[in-house]
Amino acid sequence: MGKPFEIVVLSGKGGTGKTSITAAFAALTEKTVFTDCDVDAADLQLVLSPEVYKSESFTSGAKASIEREKCTGCGLCMELCRFDAISVKKEEFIIDEYACEGCGLCAEACPEKAIGIEKFENNRIFFANCRFGPVIYGKLGIAEENSGRLVSQIRQYAKETADTINAEYIITDGPPGIGCPAISSVTGSDLVIAVTEPTLSGWHDLNRLIEMTGRFRTPVYVIINKYDLNEDMSYTIENRLKSEGIQILGKIPYDESMIYALIEGKTICEFMPDGLLTREFEKMWNNLISIVYEQESIA
Amino acid sequence: MKIAITSGKGGTGKTTLSTGLFHILTKYFNYNVQLLDCDVEEPDCHIFIHGQKSASYPVSISIPRINPELCTYCGRCKDICAFHAIVMLPAVGFIEVVEDMCHGCGACSYVCRDQAVVEQNSMIGSITHYDYYAKDEFIEGRMNVGVSLQTRVIRETIDHANQKSLVLYDSPPGTSCPVVAVVSKADYVVMVTEPTPFGLYDLKLMTETVKQLGKKCGIVVNKAGLEYEPLYDYIRDQEITLLGEIPFKKEYARAYSKGEILPEKDDRLKKIYINIIKSIMNGKAV
Ligand code: SF4
Ligand code: SF4
Ligand code: SF4
Ligand code: SF4
Repeated sequence: MGKPFEIVVLSGKGGTGKTSITAAFAALTEKTVFTDCDVDAADLQLVLSPEVYKSESFTSGAKASIEREKCTGCGLCMELCRFDAISVKKEEFIIDEYACEGCGLCAEACPEKAIGIEKFENNRIFFANCRFGPVIYGKLGIAEENSGRLVSQIRQYAKETADTINAEYIITDGPPGIGCPAISSVTGSDLVIAVTEPTLSGWHDLNRLIEMTGRFRTPVYVIINKYDLNEDMSYTIENRLKSEGIQILGKIPYDESMIYALIEGKTICEFMPDGLLTREFEKMWNNLISIVYEQESIA
Repeated sequence: MKIAITSGKGGTGKTTLSTGLFHILTKYFNYNVQLLDCDVEEPDCHIFIHGQKSASYPVSISIPRINPELCTYCGRCKDICAFHAIVMLPAVGFIEVVEDMCHGCGACSYVCRDQAVVEQNSMIGSITHYDYYAKDEFIEGRMNVGVSLQTRVIRETIDHANQKSLVLYDSPPGTSCPVVAVVSKADYVVMVTEPTPFGLYDLKLMTETVKQLGKKCGIVVNKAGLEYEPLYDYIRDQEITLLGEIPFKKEYARAYSKGEILPEKDDRLKKIYINIIKSIMNGKAV
């Protein structure tokens, strides 16, 4: 196989069991590099228990600040800032660090050169190994932005790692939502698994997710988790997806052993190797592999 | 008073809690209440709260366009753009703004000396007001699909809060920029978690963020009943108020899946919600 096949697991909102499902696949596959691109809360490590051998910092953004001694209080910066980040308090111009996007316009404009822009490197990328293979994951500094770029960088490293060990797959636990980081995780990937729950909000989130991925050519397959919590809803979701030509990869029943496996730091496939859920995951994984071969033969 | 309801991760019951609290406050307390759905990527409060639509406002930013006829390819705009949104290839006479990466900061048009940059409005989302009962209001911020400027839509949504009301913010999950945009504007933060290792891990990140912002906070444990002691040990260690625990029942999950307001259906839950509100109010006088 040439270039590794990249699978991204997404869920719209998160909390749908995305990470436990990603981990279950991890236990079934071989020759795979894993990434956790849920950079806000990289939970996959709780199950994979990776051992970090290297880490590096990653630019997280920039913030402006005003040198009080130089500022004459002309007010130009406040007038120009489009993010309402500059205000006057006690006759002093100050910048709200949480509102500032670091665009640099104020620093450029200030006639007294009183404004400095400082870059931050609060984001980190970790390189690790776990019992299923290499893991690369990121951690966003608190209140930091640029998670989209962090996600792209993690994926880039995953590809490099995959090349060096001749891996066939990259499996990514994707970021929640449909914004910048989620978009960055889908761009140029080969297949998206969308995990949903049979709830009205699950269905709404899934629709927005499918709309977002529709901008790319990446095909989407859906897993309905805890489908038996509302079988009518699951049925409706299935039918609507079918009519839109989107395939269901599988349905997983509600089962507390998913949580007990997690508490022991195991994937469900390790926790109950002969369980029904494990059978279900094996079926899905085999399906996936045939989809991958089909897709590659077309390509 | 402004209360942000948030969680380290989605799916912990944050929206159930904020819509439930809103409903209970409306029915059983005497405040003027506003609920703001600030989870603009996936706004879900509307599934539970059915109000009468009263107004709608677009959220837009100014996106620059560059006129190649006027451009002299001096590169000043490209150099200042902190978001690398300008692509310039002077050799082939090409210059363009990549809309997806542009934050609409206006720096490029400020530095251009040749009047080559013209700005146009581009819609990135919308804010909709709904009346709820007689005196209360539900406001939803919604980001357009494919846009990546969630923080901007959130900030504008927050600007719609009435200073005199008791305001509930349904915050996005996580600890990054969009969450901080909400939490930094709140007087009190309710963190929702669940008794699992994921829940605990996410709660720790959330607690760190909230403490860094210097906010008062309390915790609601959702889906309580699962034996997971380390969560409770952590809450005790950190000396954070446990505002309440919402038990897990399959019926609740089913009612939720249909978009029903849980505390309205079940007296035990109603009591729990009322107690949560009372504990928050005790922590901070309104
Ligand atoms: S533009 Fe410069 S001098 Fe004028 S108020 Fe801002 S920081 Fe002060
Ligand atoms: S850097 Fe940009 S966002 Fe920050 S204060 Fe200056 S003008 Fe405003
Ligand atoms: S408006 Fe700001 S972000 Fe957009 S292209 Fe111009 S400089 Fe870059
Ligand atoms: S600053 Fe103006 S003239 Fe210079 S490259 Fe940009 S658009 Fe062209």
